[in-house]
Amino acid sequence: MKDLFVEIWESVRRNKLRTCLTGLAVSWGIFMLIVLLGAGNGLLNAFSEQGGTFATNSMMVGGGWTSKPYDGLAQGRRIVLDDKDIEVTRGKNFKGIVDKVASTVGASDTVVLGTKHVRGYIEGNFPARMEMEKIPLTHGRFINDKDITDQRKVVVLPDNMIRILFGEKVDLASVIGKRVKINNLQFQIVGIVRANEMQDNNLFYAPYTTVKTIYAKGKEIDDLTFTFHGLETEEENEAFEKNFKAIINKLHRAAPDDESAIWIWNRFTQNMQMNKASGILTIALWVLGIFTLLGGIVGVSNIMLITVKERTHEFGIRKAIGAAPGDISKLIITESIVITAFFGYIGMVLGMVACEILDATAGHNVTEVMGMQMQLLKNPTVGVDVALEATLLLIIAGTIAGFFPARKATKVRPIEALNAN
Amino acid sequence: MIELKDINKTYNNGQPLHVLKGIDLNIEQGEFVSIMGASGSGKSTLLNILGILDNYDSGTYHLNGTLIKNLTEKQAAAYRNRMIGFIFQSFNLISFKTAVENVELPLFYQGVPRRKRHELAMQYLEKLGLRDWAQHYPNEMSGGQKQRVAIARALITHPQIILADEPTGALDSKTSKEVMALLKELNRTEKITMVIVTHDSGVAAQTDRRIHISDGLIVND
Ligand SMILES: Nc1ncnc2c1ncn2[C@@H]1O[C@H](COP(=O)(O)OP(=O)(O)O)[C@@H](O)[C@H]1O
Ligand SMILES: [Mg+2]
Repeated sequence: MKDLFVEIWESVRRNKLRTCLTGLAVSWGIFMLIVLLGAGNGLLNAFSEQGGTFATNSMMVGGGWTSKPYDGLAQGRRIVLDDKDIEVTRGKNFKGIVDKVASTVGASDTVVLGTKHVRGYIEGNFPARMEMEKIPLTHGRFINDKDITDQRKVVVLPDNMIRILFGEKVDLASVIGKRVKINNLQFQIVGIVRANEMQDNNLFYAPYTTVKTIYAKGKEIDDLTFTFHGLETEEENEAFEKNFKAIINKLHRAAPDDESAIWIWNRFTQNMQMNKASGILTIALWVLGIFTLLGGIVGVSNIMLITVKERTHEFGIRKAIGAAPGDISKLIITESIVITAFFGYIGMVLGMVACEILDATAGHNVTEVMGMQMQLLKNPTVGVDVALEATLLLIIAGTIAGFFPARKATKVRPIEALNAN
Repeated sequence: MIELKDINKTYNNGQPLHVLKGIDLNIEQGEFVSIMGASGSGKSTLLNILGILDNYDSGTYHLNGTLIKNLTEKQAAAYRNRMIGFIFQSFNLISFKTAVENVELPLFYQGVPRRKRHELAMQYLEKLGLRDWAQHYPNEMSGGQKQRVAIARALITHPQIILADEPTGALDSKTSKEVMALLKELNRTEKITMVIVTHDSGVAAQTDRRIHISDGLIVND
């Protein structure tokens, strides 16, 4: 082994400049690959960060407008969900699939503290919704069962509203237990959530029963969310949604096949599609990176060809004194791998450094896109797995680059090689 | 040791050139033979066939009882490595390797460990009076020294045959004599079969048997 590397060093040493110039093409290729994958990861991370604020095995259902006349009623009719829909969703029709069901009901209102006030949307919630929607509680607690049964007047407010009411510098934890006024009633603050940067409608939470009573909502609800299990494929989900719509539509005298009488937001299939999309993006980035790398590989293959040509006579001597074809090709392919791997590693390290720089700069920039606060890149780096894959790729690349030159060298008959010069 | 029967060889690049036209030749173990002939008579071609560096078109060649025909390059390499030592007119040392590294190389292809082959190579260099030149590169040495390094390299695998193509062709007359004396001594002491191609009758005179080749045939043995 050591002999092999001594031989390679002897060869590389004689062609330093040439080797370095071509090697840099490999460095560049791997650098690009790593940076592309890092940026791609950043994009995907930011993407799933924004999409990932709810349980992925849940669906949200809300009322829409009918799109066709049915049962003597005209199209374009507004459908509002109500308590009956909750019962049916929970009922025997969807037994074994639907787990927990939680509805919401709400109204726009103002939260007042002394002379300060802030407008928002009070949403009546069940305790289970916190888990379903992954509501980011930072202090205190969420709505609990006792709040529901006793119709307590408690609220969970986002931190941005707290700051408006209590001042920018307020210690958030100290606010728990304080009272605010909503609809001229005293509410106690029991919890604080992180404000959703993507929405600026100041959504805050109160017990479902409390909101329903205070705002005299009767049977009407805003929307309902349920968790489910046992629907694994997109087809299964589609079939379930179709069936679900047909049953709920009927309750509201809408055509069973009316697509828009109610809407369903299926987070499970959305997540599935997102995973698929991110898979495609990753593959596209690899392909792009590999094509960049290909330039480098062709370069290495080319200098190896030149080297082999220059060394024909030397290989002839080696063959005359007993080198088998395998000995010669081992020499060339290993040299090719060493060059590729060495410069590839330089590119890889630089690529990772570039990713870190990207992370330190653009990785924390929050951009406003269409009125929404978005972080375009989150943690745009590559992991150890990618580094290992890239290493493997380099070794394969080096082997490929050395293959044709090696074949050329072994094909020359010893006597021709000896006579070459 | 070497048995050639009706060996024919034609070069086929462009104009076909029938170089060997039926060579019959037997060389026994331990012989000290020279092959003489005019330039272009086919001496080198014959020697290359003997050394399995080149192939022949028809006839048979037995080396040590083995038919040398249609060998894979790997088999040929093994035979060359273990049975044959080469000495060339232009020395054919590897320029970026030192004398001792050049001498070691055949053992490297036998898989001999580094330390062992270095030791052996040093022994052979010492035997040929080149101990102090072991770490020198070929371009720092005289023609006679280079040829002695080449001889050490040929000897290190204990070959049964040494094939030398004009070994003194690039040397002055004094050095030529020394090299020939050395080869003769090796033939006498180590019982190595020597086949020396030359067009110098002075060189041929020092061998035990002189084979003349002309127009692709052996004319005088
Ligand atoms: N590879 C080759 N291709 C074509 N012709 C060759 C080749 N090698 C040698 N010859 C020709 O074959 C003839 C014999 O060459 P060679 O065996 O080298 O003669 P010698 O060594 O006796 O001078 C010469 O005419 C030479 O030009
Ligand atoms: Mg010749």
